[in-house]
Amino acid sequence: MSVAENLPEAPPQAAGDVILEVRDLTKHFHLGGGLFGGPPAVVKAVDGVSFSIRRGETLGLVGESGCGKTTTGRCILLLEQPTGGQVIFEGKDLTKLSPAEIRVVRRKIQVIFQDPYSSLNPRMTIGQMLDEPMAVHGIVPERRARQDRVRELLTVVGLLPSMASRYPHELSGGQRQRVGIARALATEPSLIICDEPVSALDVSIQAQIVNLLENLQEQFHLTYLFVAHDLSVVRHISDRVAVMYLGKVAEITDRTALYAEPLHPYTQALLSAVPIPDPEIESHRQRMVLGGEVPSALNPPSGCVFHPRCPIAIEDCKRIVPEVREVRPGHRVACIRV
Amino acid sequence: MSTATDIASVDTVTAADRGRRWSAVVADFCRRRPLGAIGAGVVVLMIVVALTAPGIAPYDPLNIDFAAMLAPPDAAHWLGTDAYGRDVLSRIIYGSQTALIVGFGAAFIGATAGAVLGVGSAYFGGRTDLVVQRFMDIFISFPLIILALAMVAILGNTLPNLIIAITVPMIPRCSLVIRSSALSIREMPYVDAARAAGYGHARIILRHMLPNVMAPYLIMLTSFLGQAILLEASLSFLGLGVQEPTAAWGLMLRGAAVEFAETAPWMALFPGLAISLAVFAFNLFGDSLRDALDPKLRTG
Repeated sequence: MSVAENLPEAPPQAAGDVILEVRDLTKHFHLGGGLFGGPPAVVKAVDGVSFSIRRGETLGLVGESGCGKTTTGRCILLLEQPTGGQVIFEGKDLTKLSPAEIRVVRRKIQVIFQDPYSSLNPRMTIGQMLDEPMAVHGIVPERRARQDRVRELLTVVGLLPSMASRYPHELSGGQRQRVGIARALATEPSLIICDEPVSALDVSIQAQIVNLLENLQEQFHLTYLFVAHDLSVVRHISDRVAVMYLGKVAEITDRTALYAEPLHPYTQALLSAVPIPDPEIESHRQRMVLGGEVPSALNPPSGCVFHPRCPIAIEDCKRIVPEVREVRPGHRVACIRV
Repeated sequence: MSTATDIASVDTVTAADRGRRWSAVVADFCRRRPLGAIGAGVVVLMIVVALTAPGIAPYDPLNIDFAAMLAPPDAAHWLGTDAYGRDVLSRIIYGSQTALIVGFGAAFIGATAGAVLGVGSAYFGGRTDLVVQRFMDIFISFPLIILALAMVAILGNTLPNLIIAITVPMIPRCSLVIRSSALSIREMPYVDAARAAGYGHARIILRHMLPNVMAPYLIMLTSFLGQAILLEASLSFLGLGVQEPTAAWGLMLRGAAVEFAETAPWMALFPGLAISLAVFAFNLFGDSLRDALDPKLRTG
């Protein structure tokens, strides 16, 4: 465990207690091996990630493909059993709960998936999909009342109540994503893991869905963990942002500080890759381009995992694994050069 | 068409469409796969014959008539009579009941049990999957007929036991095929969503995964139908299936039919034809159904 986690959090901007705390989360996948296959290779998809989310805020989780941001979300949802660390939700460590206790907690943590096509069961109508969680958890025990609630949910996410009798293939991508959001709302959750909820949609639809998510957050006092690789979307919706690289948190701070003054060289490179919608500025600005490829998570570099591509790396970076330090109040960075 | 009617018709289209779509699908199937349609026609004919057997059979299949022993096919007995003077046509008609009861019973139970095991095995994965599948491998290593013979020998040969004996070798074959489809369904986000919603294992397997392996399930079911009928006939022929005097196709091929094969070939010829036709029809239908349900082979 690193020292940084024991430091007090920055004073909350959005009022609220800590709803979710992830401490030193690790998830290792074993490849190969098996019955007769010798020692398996280990992929450290998530390697010692810590952060916390306050009630009512949105934490953006960004990073390139394969950096472990989705796996982090899946561990919080207990879709993957974490290899190590703790996931503390409303005071309870989810990794230590019994299956029966987990089923109760699941109601409170819901998920919205990236692909609106494969996230809905093609053999169920929209109505059945929204009805089921309420029936299973006994949220609305009476059948008639549940039908009313289904229509209400559809209206809340901007769909017609008559769509309850439709099948997913009869809807467009944007409509399906709204159904996915309605399904997440059905169990009256307090935390929703949004796993790249807009990256599979057209840009015009993206804006609608992001605005819908923001309205719903206000209306139902939701907390979001917003996993994405699109920095502009994250900037729009997040209160705080965590940047991940190769299974580790590189930098975590509030949105304004991150976008105005990124401290970690990886964050700087990432932000400099965002195009500016003005050809005049775009053609004159200096971009920071990283050399090389993302190393394989099977065989991560020694020391700081970012050092082979880092423009400011020194000899020490090859040996020292940087801790996530609080360099300014509420601004934590994993880099020995900052 | 004006925009107003477009909007008004949106909600009614789906219901009406479904009714029309069914007849269109059937017509399309007949046109694209004439062989499959012929197979389906024979299957339907068999079902109708089995259901209306008492009405259409010219004689009682159990009625012994020593005056008409070993009569060749003629106007009175279209397909001749056997060594006890029983009408072969009537026995074939009633035999279709036995064939269909055993065929449908064994194929349905076998395919369904196999599907549940296959999906369950894929869903739980890991050690459960390993143990269940190795167990299935053991069963699959026996030829169908050997395993069925062993089951009959253990259970005794009543009709329900016969169905069980034919079901057991079907289960691992179906479970293998269904498991491989279920493995890809397991990774679908909607299954993750069901898990994240806190549903029980049974609900996820039965309501979220099983309906999505319907296509391979139907294909296994139809191919098992033909195999089960053949297996029942084989067991009856070997004397371990249906017992005399019940009318069954496999049974009609043994005993006196062998003795009199040269003087009264109709005794074995016609039930043999019935078996071949039924198995052929079920296989034709099954193959065409597989092609029709496989999106990769679907044309235009």
